[in-house]
Amino acid sequence: MEVPQFIEIFRLSNGLLVIFEPMPDVQSAALSLLLPAGGTRDAAGRCGTSAILSEMFPRGADGLSSRSLCAALDNLGLQRNFQTGSAHITFSAATTADRLTDALPLIARMVLQPNLHDEDFDPARDLVAQSLLALEDEPRQQLGRLLRQYSYPAPWGNPSEGELADLEHITPDDIRQHHQQFVVPESAILGIAGNLDPEQLQQTLESVFGGWRGTAPPAVTTGTRPAAPFHQHHESAQTHLGLAWDTVQYSDPRYYEAWAAVSLLSGGMSSRLFTEVREKRGLCYAISASLSTLQDDARVMVYAGTTTERAQETLDVTVQEILRLSEGITEDELQRCRARAKSSLIMQQESTSSRAGSLARDMYLLRRFVSLEEIHDRIDALTVDGVRQFVIDHAPKSMVLVSLGPQAPDPSCLPQQL
Amino acid sequence: MKFQHCQLPSGLTLIAETNPAVHSVAAGFFVRAGSRDETAEVSGVSHFLEHMAFKGDDRFSADDINRVFDEIGAKYNASTSEEVTMYYAAVLPEYLERALELLSALLQPALRQEDFDMEKNVILEEISMYEDQPSFTCYDHIMATHFNGHPLGQSILGSQKSITALTSEQMSSYHTSRYHTGNIVLAVAGNCDFDQLLPLVEKHCSRIRSGITRRTIPDFTPQHTVSLLTRESSVQQHLMQMGPAPRGSDPLRFAAELLSVIVGDDSGSRLFWELVDPGHVESCDLGFSEYDGDGAWMSYLSCNPTDAAKNLERCAQVFAEVNAGGVTAEELEQARNKVASRIVLRGERPMGRLSSLGSNWLYRQEYRSIADDMKIIRSVTQEQIQELLRKFPLQMTTTAGVGPLSTL
Repeated sequence: MEVPQFIEIFRLSNGLLVIFEPMPDVQSAALSLLLPAGGTRDAAGRCGTSAILSEMFPRGADGLSSRSLCAALDNLGLQRNFQTGSAHITFSAATTADRLTDALPLIARMVLQPNLHDEDFDPARDLVAQSLLALEDEPRQQLGRLLRQYSYPAPWGNPSEGELADLEHITPDDIRQHHQQFVVPESAILGIAGNLDPEQLQQTLESVFGGWRGTAPPAVTTGTRPAAPFHQHHESAQTHLGLAWDTVQYSDPRYYEAWAAVSLLSGGMSSRLFTEVREKRGLCYAISASLSTLQDDARVMVYAGTTTERAQETLDVTVQEILRLSEGITEDELQRCRARAKSSLIMQQESTSSRAGSLARDMYLLRRFVSLEEIHDRIDALTVDGVRQFVIDHAPKSMVLVSLGPQAPDPSCLPQQL
Repeated sequence: MKFQHCQLPSGLTLIAETNPAVHSVAAGFFVRAGSRDETAEVSGVSHFLEHMAFKGDDRFSADDINRVFDEIGAKYNASTSEEVTMYYAAVLPEYLERALELLSALLQPALRQEDFDMEKNVILEEISMYEDQPSFTCYDHIMATHFNGHPLGQSILGSQKSITALTSEQMSSYHTSRYHTGNIVLAVAGNCDFDQLLPLVEKHCSRIRSGITRRTIPDFTPQHTVSLLTRESSVQQHLMQMGPAPRGSDPLRFAAELLSVIVGDDSGSRLFWELVDPGHVESCDLGFSEYDGDGAWMSYLSCNPTDAAKNLERCAQVFAEVNAGGVTAEELEQARNKVASRIVLRGERPMGRLSSLGSNWLYRQEYRSIADDMKIIRSVTQEQIQELLRKFPLQMTTTAGVGPLSTL
C-alpha cells in the first residue's frame, strides 16, 4: 500500500476503548460508537426495547430539550444516526473536523444522560411500530429479516428492529433499565477517523466520556434456531428467495478464503450468480450473496427476487451454481476479486465515515486493529487451490431456504434441510 | 482542486475537476436523454437502452464489459431519470484509460437481438420488483398525474406492455436520435492530470456521433387532482403531494433547496417536529426537484391508513404557516450549516463530486467548486426565502397515494 497508516489505540480511565486514525488530507472527521445494547439484549417477549431506546436518545439529554439538542447538533453540521443491530446500538456521526471536536460534549451528554422521559416513550414506540408496519410493504427487506431469523440461533437472529406483538409489553422503565445496564463504557468501542490532533482528541474524550461508569454485562446466552425451509405468503408480484449456509467468521484463519468464495459468487457483475442467473438466463433483476459475520459465527446469505412463475427455475439454477462453485475456479476470476477488494480498500481512505466504521468493527470482531496493508497482503496471498480447498471443506451440507411471495418453491434442489 | 474544460472537434464536451490529494478518479458520461424524451410507443426505452449499453459494442462482448470493469476493480454503474442517463466508473488513477475505453463502448452498444430479447426479461423483472414497493409506485403515479400531458409525466421504467412490445429497431432509432456529442458531457473528478486526460479522451471517445437534438420544453400548469391507487394488501398508506417550484435555471433554486431542508428534512425540520417526532407517521419529508424548464415541491408521507387524512391536514397546516410567516433566522442558519456540512462530506470522494459536476454543466454550462457552493448557501437570505414563497408558495396542486384507502 502506498499510504502508511498511523493508528492510536487507547483506553480511557473508565475502560472505554478508543481507536483513532488521523487523516490529515481530508477536511472532515467521523466517529462510530458501538454501544453493547443491541437487539440480542432485548428481554424475552420484549423484542424492540433497544429499537425504542435508539429512538429515544435524540429526545433531549442532561437538561437539554429535544429541540435544543437537535438545533445545537444541526448547527455543528453533524450528520448523525442511531442504528440498532444485533450486538450493538451504533451511533455514527460526521462533520467537518473542527466541528466534530465541538460536538463531542453534546454527543456524550446525549448517549450518557438521555432524558428518557415518560412522555417521550409513546411517540418513540409508535415510530418503531410504524417502521415495522412499513416493512410489511417492503417484501425484500422483510425477506432479509426472515432470513437472518432462520439462519442464526436466537437471540442472534432476533429482529433487532423489534416485534410488533412485543411492543405493547415494553415500558419506559424497560428502556431506562436497558440504558443503565447495557450502555456502559467497559465493552463499548469508539472508532474515530479524520483530520484531528491525537493528543487533543484524547484529552477531549477523557473530559467528556471519563465520567461514564458501568461494568460489562454478562455474555449473551445463545439458544437454538428455528426449522427451515420457511415460506411466508405475500400477495406480491415477485417471489423473494433467501438462502443461507454456514461459513467461517472474520477471526478465522481461513476467513479470506471464505470471503473469496462469496466474491466469486457475487462480487461484481462478472461474478457467477449475476452472470448465470441474470445475464445468461434473464431470471431476475436483483441477485446477490454476502458474508455476514458475528464474533464467532458466520453465514453466507443469498438473495434473489423474481416473478413467481420463474421462482422455481431461479432457485434451482442458483443452488446449482453455489454447489458447483469448486469446479473450475480460474486465476482470472480470482484476480478480479483481488482487484475489486484492493480498489475498495484504497477508496475507503477517502471517507472518514467508512474508516471510523471499519476501525470500530475490527476492534469488536477481532479485538485488534487490522491495517489496510495486512488486508491487502492477505488478499494477495489467496490462491486458486486454497480457495477451491476451502469451498470443498466448507461445502454447504445443508442450506436454509426462506421465501416470501404468492407460492412456496419446491426445496428438493437443496443439499439437505436443517 | 482545479477545473478545466474543452470541447473536442467531435463536439463532445469534456469537463474535469482535478485533485491530487484523493486516491481515486471518477468519470461519467451524462447524456441528455430520459423518459421525457420518449414517445408513448417506446415508453421505457431510455432505461432499457441503459441496460443494453452493458451488452457491449463491436469490440467488447457483454461478458467482456463486466469482466474488464471488474479486472480494474472499478465501481461502476449507470442510472436513468426523466432527463438524464448517466454511465459512470470510479477507479484507481492507473486504470483511468481502461475505464474511459469501456465507458465510451457503453455509448455505442451493438444492440444484438439475442441480448435484447434476454435483457427484456430482466427489465420486466425490474418493473415487477418496483411494483412490490409502494413508495416507488406512488412516485410513478404522482409524476404521471402532476405532469399529466407533459413529457415529465412519462414513466422511466415503462410498462409491462410497452416493454413487451418494444423492438430493437425502435431502440436503435431512439439511440441514433439522442446519443449525439451535443447532448453529452463527459465529466471527470479526482486524481488525474488534464493534459494527460485529454489525449485519452480523444483516443477513445472519437466515435460518438456529432450533432445535437433539442428537447421540447412545453409550458405547463398542473391541475388540482387527487388520485389514489387502492391496494388492499398494503399495510401502510403512502401519500405524495406536488406543487410548482423554481425551474432548474432559476436563481431561486438555492433558496428552494434551503427551504426544503427547513420545512422537510428528515430530522429537525418543521414536518419532522409536527409529524415524525410525535410518532404520527412512519416518515414524512419535503423535497425540491428541479427539471429542464420546470420545478416541483414534492412531499411524501407514509402512515397508518386511519390517520392519513389527519396527517395531510397537519402537512397543509405546516405549509400554510410557512407561506404566511416565512422562516426564522435561526432556522435558516441551521439549514445553511446542515447543507454546508453535506457539501463538504460528499465532496471528499470523487464519486461524490461527479454528479454535481456533470449535472451543473449539462443543465447550465456552469462549474461550481465546493467553495462556490458554500458561498452561495451562506449568502441565501430570509428576503430571498420570502421572494421564493411569494412566487412559489408551498401549495400542493397534486395528491396521489398508494395503499388500502380509496378516498381521503
